[in-house]
Amino acid sequence: MADTHQDSGSGGDIDLSQFYQIFFEEAGENLDLMEQMLLNLNLETADDEELNGIFRCAHSVKGGAATFGFSDVAELTHQMESLLDRLRRHELQPNAAMVDVLLESADASRSLLARHQSGDEGEALPTTDLVRRIAELAAGGGVVAAKPVVAPVPVPVAPPVAPVAAPAVVAPAAVASNGSRALEIRVGPLERPTQADAIQELFRDIPGLGSIRALDSGRSDTRLFAVETASSDDDLLDLFTFHVSRDQIQISDKSAAAAAPAVASLVNAPVADPGYGFFDDLPPAAPASAAAAGPAAVAVAAEAAAGFGFFDGAPGLPGTPAPAVAVAVASPPPASVAASASVAKPGVKPAAAPAAQPEAATIRVAISKVDQLINLVGELVITQAMLAQNSRALDPAVYQQLLTGLADLDRNTRDLQESVMSIRMIPMSIVFSRFPRMLRDLAGKLGKKVDFVTQGEATELDKGLVEKITDPLTHLVRNSCDHGIEMPAERLAAGKSETGTITLSASHQGGSIVIEVRDDGKGLSRTKILNKARERGLDVSDQMTDSEVWQLIFAPGFSTAEVVTDVSGRGVGMDVVKRNIAALNGTVEIDSAEGYGMKVSVRLPLTLAIMDGMSVGVGEEVYILPLSSVVESFQVKAEAVSTVGQGSQLVKVRDEYMPVIELEKVFQVPRFDFEKSSDIMVVVEADGSRVVLLVDELLGQQQVVVKNLESNYRKVPNVSGATILGDGKVALILDTGALVRRTRH
Amino acid sequence: MGIMEKIGDATSAGTREYLTFRLDQEEYGIDILKVQEIRGYEPPTRVADAPPFIKGVVNLRGTIVPIVDMRLKFNCSKADYDAFTVVIILNLRQRIVGIVVDSVSDVMELPPDSIKAAPDIDSMIDSGAVTGLGSLGDRMLILLDIERLMSAPDMGLESPGE
Repeated sequence: MADTHQDSGSGGDIDLSQFYQIFFEEAGENLDLMEQMLLNLNLETADDEELNGIFRCAHSVKGGAATFGFSDVAELTHQMESLLDRLRRHELQPNAAMVDVLLESADASRSLLARHQSGDEGEALPTTDLVRRIAELAAGGGVVAAKPVVAPVPVPVAPPVAPVAAPAVVAPAAVASNGSRALEIRVGPLERPTQADAIQELFRDIPGLGSIRALDSGRSDTRLFAVETASSDDDLLDLFTFHVSRDQIQISDKSAAAAAPAVASLVNAPVADPGYGFFDDLPPAAPASAAAAGPAAVAVAAEAAAGFGFFDGAPGLPGTPAPAVAVAVASPPPASVAASASVAKPGVKPAAAPAAQPEAATIRVAISKVDQLINLVGELVITQAMLAQNSRALDPAVYQQLLTGLADLDRNTRDLQESVMSIRMIPMSIVFSRFPRMLRDLAGKLGKKVDFVTQGEATELDKGLVEKITDPLTHLVRNSCDHGIEMPAERLAAGKSETGTITLSASHQGGSIVIEVRDDGKGLSRTKILNKARERGLDVSDQMTDSEVWQLIFAPGFSTAEVVTDVSGRGVGMDVVKRNIAALNGTVEIDSAEGYGMKVSVRLPLTLAIMDGMSVGVGEEVYILPLSSVVESFQVKAEAVSTVGQGSQLVKVRDEYMPVIELEKVFQVPRFDFEKSSDIMVVVEADGSRVVLLVDELLGQQQVVVKNLESNYRKVPNVSGATILGDGKVALILDTGALVRRTRH
Repeated sequence: MGIMEKIGDATSAGTREYLTFRLDQEEYGIDILKVQEIRGYEPPTRVADAPPFIKGVVNLRGTIVPIVDMRLKFNCSKADYDAFTVVIILNLRQRIVGIVVDSVSDVMELPPDSIKAAPDIDSMIDSGAVTGLGSLGDRMLILLDIERLMSAPDMGLESPGE
């Protein structure tokens, strides 16, 4: 419930507030959507699609809220997510009480968000009661799957219950997070059950996770474990997904049967009727309502008594939320205060309160509409180009007005094209800005010192890609902090500065977008990886190049524990990262030097990105060079070119010899005009080396939309994509990276 | 496409409609539901390393579409590009491909009983891609499974391993 919203300015972090608006909109939409789906949900025949949809909404809101530090919303949505997760796994049968409480929670999330949006004015809506009710519904159903929770007979509320209820608030949370639970975890069916054994290693490697014991599952393709742990199901699932898919894991709580009734009897009193929320509970009929409003009112009252101190005092202290809640619960105030607090609640609906509420400055539209727009504008540009061409022969004296109109059309079309194209593109800073906070929290937890540097935030990337790249990047950054950067003392001992640096950079290279995660930590150990690979029976040899060795850590289930360090390894979940990126047609490369750090480069194709290109002519054909890779161009003097061995050519540019690639030969360009020949050289740079391309002429620079050649055709060597020129013709975009690699072999 | 596929399923038992086109002296028919549109020929952009019958790629309202000259593919004696040369744009399972033919004749319905099985003959066409021979009076239609023909590895339209 504490407010970390304001602290973004106080640290050295990127100001997250510029993205608040997007989050508020997304969250609002997700909540609306969830509400709609909840309302349409057919309790008897709820299908997976619907339940998954609702779950996704809650999950998105939770993710965003956590990122931006709105911990009250995150906590509430987290509980909703837990309940929904059990529903979609069919561990619980949805009932009306659950829908009620979920709807209420959605309302509460909305008003909490509205309060954050309006700059945290007004009182926060208390959510403890809701959180507790959801937790109960989620836990209670585990015992009786078919008829959960509603069953308890309403207990007559007696005044003395109030103080009892207050401590009870903590109970569900405590059971979930602090108490050790006995679980049975079933993993499978798996193609390779040995993957599941990695889970056992997890328990061995992570101190404090708990104990694990393998049981006989009765089937060769599934594994059964008895686990004692203090971690929540979600945490466990998150850990396990490094090795096996989430859907294949079933967690059943052996201690729940024993624990749940106890919890229920403790907290039951105010919650006898799950639909009886504090929203309905307005008549302040003194003691009874105080009890019924229960812990929520208590919490608010305590805040009121504390003068909202922690709202102002919180900046920069991520640890504040927990103590704040504890204070609220620990000091049950007199009933009269509770009553007055509950009266104040209706006014809390904070959205309307402050005048300076920012209006939605963006609208969200379907991507398909934008794509259609882009294509239509493309057509318009072509038509316009045709008109321009045809009007050239007209006599300006006679057709002056027409020609002026066409000139205007030309300009307007270009502007229109530019604006339309920019719709789909969003800057990488949207992704990057999620990390400073995450890293700070993580580094704090691990006791490490980490500086975070970003480069190329302005690089624009297709929105679809941005969404999909966020998770793999998060994983990589977390890996770097967790396993790459050493503890301050270790770093000092190794002669490095105490503070490690993680650099995240994005750039356009050779028609791709390259996102790099670099750290100056301990790097990968070649020997250890090779040893580990041999242990696992992989085919390796000492002659393998470094990059081949690094690729080993992407092998599925390449358990990482001993790979890099004795405690934990960098390969955790790397195969998942690789798979996700491969799904985007991207590649991952690793570069590392032991003791000096590691660099993971993610190369993504541009499905729809605007690129600055230089068009060059070869024979009758036009090719596009990515401007970012063009270094310089010049006219060749015959004597500057020398031949080596089997006819490969070198040219001396200042003091450097560079290989020459004749585009005419590479692309088998037919020659009709033998008068013309290639005598312009363009120096391009890719992957750290330079080559010289021999072309006929330079035609100009322009922004081009990169189109995928492979969606209807296939991959063409040395070509990264295609684009449509002003006259409607297709021109191929050269893959300078591939051309450079050509010369190496 | 969803609706079109449904229509395709519904009528698959009975009469089907075929778009017929000419290559040299031969007349071919393809399932009309695979046809997206018919356009005039415009010179495509040549693509290196492509077989000769792939003329290159064109811009179809913002989409890059490969163009296959069926006359070159089937070794017709001549393949001229003139005002009558036509490109049939096919929509085959998420993939859009244009084929160049000499001319498009018409759309005709063929009841199942007028379709004869194709005898085993030695020809340029993979015999599995010929689904039958349609007879219409004295005309003979070679009915093609255009989807199969276009996805054959020797067409070179898909990256290996796809």
